[in-house]
Amino acid sequence: MSKTSRTSITMPAQAKKNSVIEIRAIAQHDMETGFRYTEAGKLVPRDIIRFFTCRYNGVEVFKAEFHPGTGANPLIIFTTVATESGTLQFEWQGDDGYEAVNQSQITVT
Amino acid sequence: MNQQTYPRRRWLSVLGLFAIGSCLNPISVFAKKPDAMEAIAKIVGSVAPKDGRVKLVIPPLVENGNLVVLKVVVESPMTAQDYVKAIHVIAEGNPLPNIFSAFLTPRSGTANITTRVRLAETQRVWAIAHMSDGSFWQGYAETLVTLSACTEAI
Repeated sequence: MSKTSRTSITMPAQAKKNSVIEIRAIAQHDMETGFRYTEAGKLVPRDIIRFFTCRYNGVEVFKAEFHPGTGANPLIIFTTVATESGTLQFEWQGDDGYEAVNQSQITVT
Repeated sequence: MNQQTYPRRRWLSVLGLFAIGSCLNPISVFAKKPDAMEAIAKIVGSVAPKDGRVKLVIPPLVENGNLVVLKVVVESPMTAQDYVKAIHVIAEGNPLPNIFSAFLTPRSGTANITTRVRLAETQRVWAIAHMSDGSFWQGYAETLVTLSACTEAI
């Protein structure tokens, strides 16, 4: 039983060759820590996004591993070098079969 | 009769002093530092991390520990020969010290990462950078948290 949610990427659509571009990735997710209790005293099981991967034309350029210490609706801002025109693919993986994929096009001049 | 009560008074005053002390300095009484040190030791192995090159930016005063903007900047040329392989963020006062790890490549261009984290209490947060030559560098920031994360019931 795979589940997913809204994820969004903000990055420039055009860039000069070999310039550094900033990428902002955000996912809609509660990031349940697994340390909280309900009023009945039952432990709420952990449910978080574990991995975020960025592939630039199929080559992995950035990866992040999240722990329960990451806030709800995880946001991550990182940079990469615009080497060539093509597709950036962003993959999110988490507990309970969570999966989400985003794609963005970039034109490098 | 009187002599019998004196040891109890002394004991109570010691207890009182300890209670006042723990109110003034809660971090030292409930320190979870060994957990954080263990988490850091797991990352660095037998290499001793050096101070410097890593700059961790968090607000010095946090109203709500549930969402704290955290920025890590590592000084590095980010070339194919010399780059930052990974950045790990460790919080001393969280129930689980690991917050997140970022894995970079020379194609990252810069070693600047921004994200939002949870902080359980007033504490020191560490950032450990793993360089491509195998060395580790560390930096830290102190913060004061007024409303703690992870304690509320739902």
